[in-house]
Amino acid sequence: MLKMTHLSKVYRTEVVETYALRDFSIHVREAEFVAVTGPSGSGKTTFLTIAGLLEEFTGGAYQLDGVDVQGLSDNARSRLRNEKIGFIFQAFNLIPDLDVADNVEVPLRYRGFGAAERRRRIQQSLERVGLAARARHYPAELSGGQQQRVAIARALAGTPRLLLADEPTGNLDTQMARGVMELLEELHRDGATIVMVTHDPELAVRAQREVHIVDGQVVDLAAQPRLMAGARAQL
Amino acid sequence: MINYYFALALRSLRRNLVLTILMIAAIGVGIGASMTTLTVFRAMSADPIPDNSSRLFAPQIDSWGPGEHPTSSADKLEDQLNYADAMALMDAHAAPRQSAQYAVRFALTPANAQLMPFKVEGRANYADFFSMFEVPFQFGGPWGASEDRSRAPVVVISHELNDKLFAGANSVGRTINLDNQDYRVIGVLKHWAPMPRFYDVTNAAFAKTEQAFIPFTRAIDQRMSSWGNTNCKDAAAQGWEGLLVSNCVWIQVWVELPTPAAAKDYRQWLDNYAAEQQRSGRFQWPAHTQLRDVRAWLEYEHVVSDEARIMVLVSFSFLFVCVLNAMGLMLAKFMGRAADIGVRRALGANRRAILTQCLIEAGVLGLAGGLLGLALTGLGLLGLRSLLSEEILELTHLDLPDVGIALVLAIAATVLAGLYPTWRAAQVQPAWQLKAQ
Repeated sequence: MLKMTHLSKVYRTEVVETYALRDFSIHVREAEFVAVTGPSGSGKTTFLTIAGLLEEFTGGAYQLDGVDVQGLSDNARSRLRNEKIGFIFQAFNLIPDLDVADNVEVPLRYRGFGAAERRRRIQQSLERVGLAARARHYPAELSGGQQQRVAIARALAGTPRLLLADEPTGNLDTQMARGVMELLEELHRDGATIVMVTHDPELAVRAQREVHIVDGQVVDLAAQPRLMAGARAQL
Repeated sequence: MINYYFALALRSLRRNLVLTILMIAAIGVGIGASMTTLTVFRAMSADPIPDNSSRLFAPQIDSWGPGEHPTSSADKLEDQLNYADAMALMDAHAAPRQSAQYAVRFALTPANAQLMPFKVEGRANYADFFSMFEVPFQFGGPWGASEDRSRAPVVVISHELNDKLFAGANSVGRTINLDNQDYRVIGVLKHWAPMPRFYDVTNAAFAKTEQAFIPFTRAIDQRMSSWGNTNCKDAAAQGWEGLLVSNCVWIQVWVELPTPAAAKDYRQWLDNYAAEQQRSGRFQWPAHTQLRDVRAWLEYEHVVSDEARIMVLVSFSFLFVCVLNAMGLMLAKFMGRAADIGVRRALGANRRAILTQCLIEAGVLGLAGGLLGLALTGLGLLGLRSLLSEEILELTHLDLPDVGIALVLAIAATVLAGLYPTWRAAQVQPAWQLKAQ
């Protein structure tokens, strides 16, 4: 599903070159739930933005669902992002002057779905996150946990092949965080491929596999698969 | 998708009302100022006879020769003709239709004794005047060549004068008394007020149309002085007979030349005439003539003043400043929405989608600014009432083309001003949104 090989990302200024990712390789298979961990500044978010086609990389190779993304135009990257990737952001990133249904509709609009299909998908995805009754509420009228559920509904609405979650519970209290994690686990059980960036080891162990990044490189821990059941037992 | 962008534009404009009002006000004030001056300018510079303006020509002949003359234009040609040259042109019949003419003024004594005598602005002209200038008739029609030849006491009156004297009834065949002479009414005009009054801009380009028209030959026969400008090279002419043989210019001649070839032939004829005058010793200088159609004539006569042009320039400069302000505000607005734009990009919007969304928002702003500008233009034109003559004011109203111009101008200017903010918005990197958290 997601395969990066010897990938690098360098930020250059006139005086300094900074490697955000160096010789970075990862392979996420279909229906896997992978947690990406690491200290601040390790390159987790850079990995996620490159994985989400939001940023270009400097060297190496990246295949998303069998498509080599290097050299793709802005149009092609946008289309690929829209069709294959669902984003869940730490700060939810809902558009404040759109109501819940309209927020969920955004990626469907860019996908070019007709009105009936959009309505069906919005209804389906909001039901999935348990917020169908809140379709006409505005983000400001919802709790943090509900807003994140809306963001998940938005990510799910286009039936993407890959869900990328960046600290999805980072802005939530413990109870809300638990609810969101349970939803992600449920999605995974239903067959979703999820890559979740987190700095929280307690969340990371709930993933199938943990990839640890330090100084832009994957370290050994990443190679250790873990069973969901075992992880839960540890919690 | 366009509907979606329109809906987003309206939502975005509602989001920050103060900023939106400021942008609309900036555009509206600019459009209002520029459209007010443009409307006046368009009225002043309009083609007064659009169907025929390229076929009507004013011939000019240098009958004064070199030297500085107070009334000479830049090309040393007088804009009127003296009697001798005017009659030579008329007698030659070198154009299919032609009319010499000059302004006159009558004392009209009404048949109704209860009405006091009053002054009437008039024109002495040939019969072709009416057909050349597409003058519309309510009753009757123009006189013919035979009345010109016989110097007949006939008159064509305006419908205003007909209303005044005959209560609007068909007065053809009735008699009116002008300067103690009876004239038979042969025609009554419909409303006719070409602006600018191209056929005699030497007296007043923006004046009311005359109320009575009599044959030129009759006016000469009756020794009617010109009520317009009479310019003489040296000293003023002595007496009527002296005027007719003098170099004083006071007659306008217009000819209709239906094709460019006919205009070229007429110009050649005019040159030959001037050369002949030189050979005969009347002109002591090289032949110098000119033939201008209506639009060239109005340009030559500076009917639209330089001040009016400068006013338009200043007001459009003001619009430019207003649009620059709107651009700054738009930039602030779009960049303030960088987070939303980043999210949209992350969710699949390509740069073109963001460009389209922002440009449509700019267009909606322009439309709102244009509507405000139209209202301000209306107010501006009302405010100009004290400054402009009644004749120009009659023309300076907002019609459908003006509304179209204002809206297109507002939308085009705003979209143009929105190009840079839009481009900046489309450059928003979606990755920033993740990293900024």
